[in-house]
Amino acid sequence: MEERKVGAYLCKGCGIGEALNFEELAKVIKKDAKIPHIKEHDIMCSPEGIAMIQEDIKPEGEGINCVLIAACSHRVKYEEFDFPNVVVERVNLRELVAWTQEPGHPETQALAEDYCRMGAARIKKADLPEPYETECDKTIMVIGGGITGLTAALEAANNGYQVLLVEKEAELGGYGAKVYKSTPSSYPYTTLQDSPVHAKIAEVQAHPMIRVMTNSTIVQSEGQPGLLDVTINTNGTEETVRIGSVVLATGWRPYDATKLSHLGYGLSPDVVTNIEFEELAKKGKIVRPSDGKPPETVAFIQCAGSRDPEHLPYCSDFCCLTSLKQALYVRQSNPDAAAMILYKDIRTPGQTELFYKEAQSDPGVMLTKAEVTGVELAPGAKLKVSAKDTLLGENVAFEADMVVLATGLVPTTMDDPILNLTYRQGPGLPETENYFGFADSNFICFPYETRRTAIYAAGAVRQPMTMPMAMEDARGAAMKAIQAVEHVAAGMAVHPRAWDETFPDPFMQRCTQCKRCTEECPFGAIDEDEKGTPYFKINRCRRCATCMGACPERIISFKDYSVDIIGSMLKSLDVPEIEDEDDPEAPFRFIGLVCENDAYPALDAAAWHKLRLNPFIRFIPLRCMGSFNLVWVSDALSRGIDGMILLACKSGDDYQCHFAKGSELAEYRLSKLSETLDKLGLEADRVQLVTLAISEFDRLPQILNDYVARVREIGPNPFKEF
Amino acid sequence: MNANNRKILVIGGGMSGLTAALEAAESGAQVIIAEKEPYLGGRVAQLHRYFPKLCPPSCGLEINFRRIRENPNISFYTMADVTQVSGTAGNFDVTVVVRPRYVNDRCVCCDACAQACPEWRVNDFNYGLDKTKAAYLPYDMAFPAKYVIDASVCKGDCGQKCAEACQYEAVDLNMQPQTLNFQVGSIILAGGWDLYDIAKADNLGYGTVKNVITNMQMERLAAANGPTGGKILRPSDNQAPQKVAFVQCAGSRDENHLPHCSYICCMASLKQATYLREQYPESEAYVFYIDLRTPGRYEQFMWKVRDDEGVHLIRGKVAKVEQEPGTGNVVVTFEHTLNGGKTKMTFDMVVLAVGMAPSTKTRPFPMPLSYTPEGFIIPELLPEGIVAVGSMKSPLDVMKSNEDATGAALKSLISLSRR
Repeated sequence: MEERKVGAYLCKGCGIGEALNFEELAKVIKKDAKIPHIKEHDIMCSPEGIAMIQEDIKPEGEGINCVLIAACSHRVKYEEFDFPNVVVERVNLRELVAWTQEPGHPETQALAEDYCRMGAARIKKADLPEPYETECDKTIMVIGGGITGLTAALEAANNGYQVLLVEKEAELGGYGAKVYKSTPSSYPYTTLQDSPVHAKIAEVQAHPMIRVMTNSTIVQSEGQPGLLDVTINTNGTEETVRIGSVVLATGWRPYDATKLSHLGYGLSPDVVTNIEFEELAKKGKIVRPSDGKPPETVAFIQCAGSRDPEHLPYCSDFCCLTSLKQALYVRQSNPDAAAMILYKDIRTPGQTELFYKEAQSDPGVMLTKAEVTGVELAPGAKLKVSAKDTLLGENVAFEADMVVLATGLVPTTMDDPILNLTYRQGPGLPETENYFGFADSNFICFPYETRRTAIYAAGAVRQPMTMPMAMEDARGAAMKAIQAVEHVAAGMAVHPRAWDETFPDPFMQRCTQCKRCTEECPFGAIDEDEKGTPYFKINRCRRCATCMGACPERIISFKDYSVDIIGSMLKSLDVPEIEDEDDPEAPFRFIGLVCENDAYPALDAAAWHKLRLNPFIRFIPLRCMGSFNLVWVSDALSRGIDGMILLACKSGDDYQCHFAKGSELAEYRLSKLSETLDKLGLEADRVQLVTLAISEFDRLPQILNDYVARVREIGPNPFKEF
Repeated sequence: MNANNRKILVIGGGMSGLTAALEAAESGAQVIIAEKEPYLGGRVAQLHRYFPKLCPPSCGLEINFRRIRENPNISFYTMADVTQVSGTAGNFDVTVVVRPRYVNDRCVCCDACAQACPEWRVNDFNYGLDKTKAAYLPYDMAFPAKYVIDASVCKGDCGQKCAEACQYEAVDLNMQPQTLNFQVGSIILAGGWDLYDIAKADNLGYGTVKNVITNMQMERLAAANGPTGGKILRPSDNQAPQKVAFVQCAGSRDENHLPHCSYICCMASLKQATYLREQYPESEAYVFYIDLRTPGRYEQFMWKVRDDEGVHLIRGKVAKVEQEPGTGNVVVTFEHTLNGGKTKMTFDMVVLAVGMAPSTKTRPFPMPLSYTPEGFIIPELLPEGIVAVGSMKSPLDVMKSNEDATGAALKSLISLSRR
């Protein structure tokens, strides 16, 4: 910014006026923060207060271009305090001071003054964003030509986007094309339907916006969203195509039935999988593979492999409906035949329950809960199925002409990265490692978010699911893929900072090639060139600033967020001398670094519940704990600050960090720090990380008091006197 | 092309509606959200935690509210009812009536009005487990952060008290219903679901037997911003329950009530069993079920809960729920389906896993649409330009609703681009 003209606007409403001495506050802003232009208002967010600020912003008026608003949390009154093309910094005197501290107390005043100093330090360094401009190809590549891929391709193309559909087989359709009939997907959920795949294949093939490549696999995907150069091998010939974003819809394969010998697979040709049974049905009349005779009794064994820690530790979702459907095949093929379904639980969620009821009402379809204990050959070319804990008795055995194993599904990403990304962090989606090979998301609220930007998985490669679900899922993924290319084209981040036009701008001359940023970026956004120098692929970046936190040289900055900005904030604090360290009210000083999405709102909520918070801690919101840079600890400790507490999201398998690795990395960095602190003769406990969910506002008073008490036990920072 | 063609109306500001609205707006469409409650977030705002991660829903809501704050393409109205719709895809004419909030944008949430207010109202956010003043904030993290006055419980001119208490000129007792007209190209129906009125199943004792609560009430009891500050206490005497029964399929899978399976209740009860076990290490949770439905990777969560020695999963349908004479305890009669025969057990509290009823019966869309007998929308029969989301069509969990809502945004955009 060329010339900064900062105006400070102090609000006296909502109890702030009663809690604080405004004359003293103004003095601090004028003297310490060197902002001469200060105005007060009884209700700053009122139309009158806003008009006052707007007057000052006018070029013909004061020409203020940086507005420091000391009032309430930035999470409220955001419309009122939104001034275009002006740097706005909100100092939260209401929630963090007036509503959580004792009015008129010297420590309350000191806290408010420090927040104003910190806000002033930030507004003097933050700049307005300028979007990252880049070329952007908006073609959407859909990998996989089954029901999910076909749907995704059509939906994206129908919304006006060029689509490249890549299928490894010679024909489109996947498993959806191999079924005889589909389970009902619409009301009244009682009659079997034709597979929706065939109509979609025809539509895709006729669509002018869709290019189909069959017999094709991805050799490599190089570059970044909007500029992804994908090399595709088609029958031995390679072609490189530029695309913008990806829908990964490579589906599933059946679980290997040869591992199910305990259920009789391999014992007789009349023990088949549900896939094999479907093929039999599709051929016409259902007959036994062994002798070509129509079976009188068919036993369906559910969860063949699924829900079994020895095989698939999940439910495959589609098998209950499939067996109910196949039981109806048996009945339709031979009205005298019986179908027996042996299940652990019948899982027909939602409206599919109506189909279950329909099948159940057929007198020739029998269902029982059962734990199948064995399948053996029986006299008369029959099979004997034994089971325990059934509704028919504790131990039962019966004979069947055929046994169908309801085998589950295995995602194609189980053992194949498919995308073959040339990213430094690896060729596939990192999520597959955590989710039994599924390319699933960790997020319930944002189910398409993966750690590889602009790559969205859909269908059975993401989660076990049925065809109707897969079609809905395909639409969602297509929507995200479209949005991703539009955001890249506009120079904006994608989820979860979709509004953000800032981006990391490293000062490469000072890079030491330590590779921490390339290793730690949760999104694999940073590659290295031949010499080992990091190379930022901005379109992969989600703007969490984990790289900024990782960098020991502190060279990675955003326009409004940098190591220097946060460092300046914490260095701006007034650190009083400690006269009597045993005085429980001695003015110790602490920094609280908090996740802006979770811990910060929890602080606000504590304020709304009028909880008292420890007055000795000054909170600074971070984009993500991943952006926590260790230099801030030395900045703070060398200034005489007594300690630092980090309020982070939960890490681990069920992590809650929206940037996946943030709190985990902050913990990791802290673990390295304690050695350093030990060497300096400083106690590691001065710097602590505490996990706090957004809803846990009620835990805050205790957490903060315990932390402060612990550091008081240790004593003041010995560097204070220097 | 008419500018209205790029406009979408989303009816319902719950998780599905927010997702559909945001995904469409972040793809360049102009979106208007009409929400009937005085706040956005819908039912997930009332949940303590999500299954299977046991993470708080307010975390995702916070991101979504920020996305709204930062996005100029979205506008929203709370306490808004869509009263009239006419026209066809590309040119729908919509009337929205915004009920008076009696509190304007000057509100700073200082709570002075509530403190001055002499009247109380049943707190629907907490499913009737406590009361608020007639002037109230729907909940601590409500978005928009603005108080509301429930005029239906105001007596005489008592409203003057809160008006006088407000130093910010935010109370406006003369506020009138506001009728707004919009032209939009497409409409997304995201009205969500209602908790089935389980008092209709009189064998389950809701409303007549003390300490029989619904699963949604259990969410509020466990939440730190709930009526008990997050302590699970049984309503009759505020005692900590040690032995709790979860009755599955309360209304669901029952021809007399809801013929469908409500999708979420198995996972929800397993999740709530963890709430209980976490708060009271000596406690015991009994889950009575017909089939345990934990599809896909949810199976892992079921295993985790099943392996807790304080959790008992019993395959059996509950036949009757009665008061133990002279106590607040509850006697549950159930049919153990594996060994047969009826058994009785006594509990400190019973949680009914109440199912989902579509909201279309209580809040009908003002244009003829095709519904199933239960009131679910039949998506294939919707007029062009109108898209239904999530539990409007079939019961779903939050994650699947979000998937569906994201896809609905695309369906809606396609219907706009075809015009």
